[in-house]
Amino acid sequence: MQKAKPIELDVAVVDGVELKGSWNRMFEPRAISEYDLSILDEITAIPGAESLGYCYQCGKCTGVCPVDTVGDYSPRKIFRRTQLGISLMDSPDLWLCTTCRNCLRVCPKEVNMIDIMPAVRERAVLEGNAPEELLQAFENTARYGNPIGEPGRKRAEWTKSAGVSVPIMSQKKSPVDVLWFVECYPSYHPRGKQASTALARVFDSLHVDFGILGNEEKCSGDSQRMAGEHGLFEMLAEHNIKMLSKYSFNQIVVTDPHAYNAFLHEYPKYGGEYVVQHYTQYLSQRLPDMSFTHDIPYRVTFHDPCYLGRHNGEYDAPRQLLKALPGVDLVEMGHCRETSYCCGGGGGGMWLDSFTRDYASERLSERRVKEAVEYGADILAVSCPYEVPRFEDAVKSTGNAGKLAVMDITELLAYAMGLVDSLVMAN
Amino acid sequence: MHIAVLMKSVPDLVEDIALDEHEGQILFDEMSYVPSEWDDQALEEALVIKEESGAEVTAVSIETQDSDNLLFTALAKGSDNAVKLVGDFDLSLTNRQRAQIFADYLHKQPFDLILSGVQAIDDVDGQIPGLVAGIMGWPHASVVTEVRVKDQGIILRQEYAGGLVAEIESSTPVVVGIQAARKPPRYASIAKVRQVAKSRQIEEVEVPLSNVPALTVRRFYKPVASAHAEMVDGDVEDVAARIAEILQERNLLRR
Repeated sequence: MQKAKPIELDVAVVDGVELKGSWNRMFEPRAISEYDLSILDEITAIPGAESLGYCYQCGKCTGVCPVDTVGDYSPRKIFRRTQLGISLMDSPDLWLCTTCRNCLRVCPKEVNMIDIMPAVRERAVLEGNAPEELLQAFENTARYGNPIGEPGRKRAEWTKSAGVSVPIMSQKKSPVDVLWFVECYPSYHPRGKQASTALARVFDSLHVDFGILGNEEKCSGDSQRMAGEHGLFEMLAEHNIKMLSKYSFNQIVVTDPHAYNAFLHEYPKYGGEYVVQHYTQYLSQRLPDMSFTHDIPYRVTFHDPCYLGRHNGEYDAPRQLLKALPGVDLVEMGHCRETSYCCGGGGGGMWLDSFTRDYASERLSERRVKEAVEYGADILAVSCPYEVPRFEDAVKSTGNAGKLAVMDITELLAYAMGLVDSLVMAN
Repeated sequence: MHIAVLMKSVPDLVEDIALDEHEGQILFDEMSYVPSEWDDQALEEALVIKEESGAEVTAVSIETQDSDNLLFTALAKGSDNAVKLVGDFDLSLTNRQRAQIFADYLHKQPFDLILSGVQAIDDVDGQIPGLVAGIMGWPHASVVTEVRVKDQGIILRQEYAGGLVAEIESSTPVVVGIQAARKPPRYASIAKVRQVAKSRQIEEVEVPLSNVPALTVRRFYKPVASAHAEMVDGDVEDVAARIAEILQERNLLRR
């Protein structure tokens, strides 16, 4: 690489001012702009991915990127590799981002991976160039309305063993105050169903006038959108909005921060405008109506979900609920609130564990669980349906079985209110 | 080379099979349907042939529930044409009837190669490719895992029992039952399928439903459990003792 050459004129006149000799010295363009930028240009030409070109490589993102702590990946590295002519389209980098938004929080140039990732991934998906397991999740979602591949007709099966009445809108045939958008993992996953049961019982004990869509509900689709299947997202949004339009309700309460994000920012683009709250927001307002009968004499720490915290700024509601629980000793981990770590499930990560394994020394969930154990927590409290299964697996795989229990906040609430018999403690 | 791929939907086994146990009848209208996975393999093989040596691919399906989505997906994946055979059809069509409908359409068309899934989960009365070939009097090969164009004919790879594989040369026209394509079926993104559904047309061809021989199914019923597994639990000693006992009781130990 050549050194930049100085250009110096004897006399230069700038705006009528005479500049002699070294006063008018300029340098020729430096080597940094001598790269063949055609590959970078291809990426930044994709609508949504323009901001990748803004990167001036300060590296702040690398310091906070959760994926970089377990591998060799960060937005800055993506920029650099693309600048050097490695196409993001064919690189595993394209599928490692969990869209946790921590880079955007610190980026002085607003290089926005939250826009870049879905845009570039969409192009790759269009060409059928995406990891097999992700495509399977897409196909399941298109076919059954959930990424797991469970029958759509069994979406409301969990309500039968909830122990309280969970009204389904198509049968209820009257307006409700709260339309509870349950989502996929809370409808099908065994631990998700336990959390749904707990939330149903909390609603019931608070006399919330609520209903669910049941089999008419499909995945909100937000993670599929971030993973590059925008068409699928549109199809799901149109479906859910159509189903919701059949009923009257004052507001939506969602279990899933990803659904919260979709209802807040994306569904309005398709005509679906609603008052929407995450269940922690709704319940924190109802705290005065709750009465607690059981102590939870444990040290509890809380993992902020990316899509409730960094994406949508809600850090306090879950903490208000946890602080209200009798006996709970709430301890914050080093990575909390805005700087929270990521469970690895966002942006399609939920369906990419086998793919990611080859590019990471450990799962993000494993790293997070170790942090919780380090802080002496007995319970890792969560408020996103991706997290219970992810962290429970991580507790086992990191050899911490018996040391740390993972519980949704609703499960803790339901226990403290005497609505479930026991806590699913680690044993 | 002009290739036709015969496709159909089959009941989705993720859902329960709707069965009227009393009448011994399958309730076709009460099930949901998915594209038959072997037909998907056949389409993939056709598209691979097209990419490899150039060919015109036409996806053909009989109008029953959701055949539009099946055909638009085929177009989105790279099929050149999509043909829907319409008539007085419903989901309870037997495969013998389906084969006749396909054959009635195909014999007027200039296809060189007809591919379809070698079997399907609803093949009560035989496999479509064999039936179609029989009705049309065309040569036929089944359980094929690779088709390549060579000069005016094709070369097939066919699997036999015991790990034996044959390479067979055939002239065209020919009907081939595909067991698996050379690579996994490609993914068509929903955006692409939706875009295709807006911009492309499915050609509709009317075909009469003629009388064909039929099997009489006396009744459909769920398998009856004759015995249940014994779950052995308790601590390690108890479990080991019980297992040893069972082995002895049933004389399963070779001494």
